[in-house]
Amino acid sequence: MLELQHVHSFYGNIQALKGVSLTINEGEIISLIGANGAGKSTTLMSVCGIVKPRSGKITFQGQSVHHLPADQIVTLGISQVPEGRHIFPHLSVRENLDMGAFLRTDKDGIKRDLDYVFSLFPILEERSGQAGGNLSGGEQQMLAMSRALMARPKLLLLDEPSMGLAPLIITQIFDIIKKINKEQNTTIFLVEQNANQALQISDRGYVIENGKITLTQNAADLMQNPAVQKAYLGI
Amino acid sequence: MISLKESKRSALVSLWFMFLTFPIMVIKVDAIEKTIIWRWENMFYVGFGSFILSIFGRIFFERQKNRREKQLSEKIQQHNLIQILLREPKYLYPLAAAFFLFALTFPHLFSTYQINVMTTALMYVVLGLGLNIVVGVAGLLDLGYVAFYAVGAYSYALLNFHFGMTFWMVLPLGALLAALFGVLLGFPVLRLRGDYLAIVTLAFGEIIRLVMENWNAFSQGPSGISNIPRPGLLGFDLTLNQAITYLYYLMIVMVLITIFVVNRLQNSRLGRAWIALREDEIACQAMGIDKTKTKLTAFALGATWAGLVGVIFAAKTTFINPASFTFLESAIILAIVVLGGMGSILGVILGAIILILLPEYLRALSDYRMLAFGAIMVSMMVFRPQGLISNVRRHYQYRPQKGEQE
Repeated sequence: MLELQHVHSFYGNIQALKGVSLTINEGEIISLIGANGAGKSTTLMSVCGIVKPRSGKITFQGQSVHHLPADQIVTLGISQVPEGRHIFPHLSVRENLDMGAFLRTDKDGIKRDLDYVFSLFPILEERSGQAGGNLSGGEQQMLAMSRALMARPKLLLLDEPSMGLAPLIITQIFDIIKKINKEQNTTIFLVEQNANQALQISDRGYVIENGKITLTQNAADLMQNPAVQKAYLGI
Repeated sequence: MISLKESKRSALVSLWFMFLTFPIMVIKVDAIEKTIIWRWENMFYVGFGSFILSIFGRIFFERQKNRREKQLSEKIQQHNLIQILLREPKYLYPLAAAFFLFALTFPHLFSTYQINVMTTALMYVVLGLGLNIVVGVAGLLDLGYVAFYAVGAYSYALLNFHFGMTFWMVLPLGALLAALFGVLLGFPVLRLRGDYLAIVTLAFGEIIRLVMENWNAFSQGPSGISNIPRPGLLGFDLTLNQAITYLYYLMIVMVLITIFVVNRLQNSRLGRAWIALREDEIACQAMGIDKTKTKLTAFALGATWAGLVGVIFAAKTTFINPASFTFLESAIILAIVVLGGMGSILGVILGAIILILLPEYLRALSDYRMLAFGAIMVSMMVFRPQGLISNVRRHYQYRPQKGEQE
């Protein structure tokens, strides 16, 4: 479904990605794990067109997307939940969700998805009139995920959904990620520091170090891999 | 109500003021007699005055804080009177009708001077609403808005001067040209935000003014262009008074059109894209909104109104020169938007009327006019930082009933 081939991305003169290649098949949950500054977020930013790769190829459903502007990539069905959530702070929860459906025109479908999102996160329905900035961190993460779902994406990119959240809420969020994948058949590409949680729900995992993919395996195998255990799982 | 600590603080404030104003209020040097007069009584007045004011200020803030805490604890968001008036159609319609009637009969009730002043105020209403698109809705701080105003004014003056084009021919052309300049400014600043954007737009405004001032062959430089004809009315000959009244009604129509269009824009898809852009740029892109197009349309549509008003301005004053398009103008228009309440149409209208009419009617205070004006603006920002009428969008109330959550 999504394929990255030798992607090199830069911030100014600093090279963040040094030839990243990975493949994501339809219906999978894939995690990308790595340390701070390894290039996890840059990989996501490159996929959704906010950081343009300087060389390499990114194809989505057979179509090359690395030269497209960010908004057109969203049109193709790739939605991103940015790191740090980036919800619209002064808009209400409901308006935030409407913004997620910005590109859609099918009113019935939007209504149905809104109900679905509210069924996933009942707290959001309760808070639908409140300004997004007034929500707690966990609620904001739920809102950011819901907003991305409102675009009805084929591929959902999640950047550190567990960042700054309490362990109980993290478990809840990861359960719902799995649920979305099953119920909506949405392919999920997960970037995480919290390797343990991420690998538990994933089909496969990639390990990124210094801008290069160093290891890829089934998630279960990765969790057993001694090097990974030592570096990322803290076992 | 006032504790000892509070009064102590106020005393300190008054001491500080006495010290600050000492050189100008107390010492008076008579250069001819070569003597110094010490006016100690002034020091007392300053001290006493600032002490009283500071006490009142403290009481006010204390009350406001208490009220806010009470609201928070009761979880009730009270709307102020104006917003209640706006929400209820049974108040809103008669109120709007009364205003409209007043606006229509205005020229028959007041002198020509008053009509002129009011026309100017209405022009600033449209300018404010135009800038509100850029600053209030799309969140792009534009300090060079007057440049588009100048483009409109000069396009009428020059096209009339060289080609004899009439007001009505130039009106859409001026708007179009201003929009073009809006896009022209938009392109280089696509990647900028906040302070950097403000600096570039400020420079843009100055560039337009300086070009007009120095390119004599094109714009006749600082001496400006005179004898610009007033707008025609189907070939009728109008006396000066009639022309002024005519312009007034023209501006009323303009204001109504602007309110209608801007209101529709704000609630449209494009308006939502602008709001998304203002709130968070990264998220805005993640929603699939074309950032480039959204920014450029904001600049272009904002500039359009300035261009329209520019043409009307040239026709109203019949003379323009670059001195009318200084940075101060941009600042006043921006102040209208901020003072009125960013993003709120009614707020901007009220802001424009207050900011333009206030200096006129404060003439009674003669020398202290601008001082009073400044004091009013400062206290406005202290007591109502969200503007006179803050945008209703930002006030939400959770209602448990379904179907009412819109």
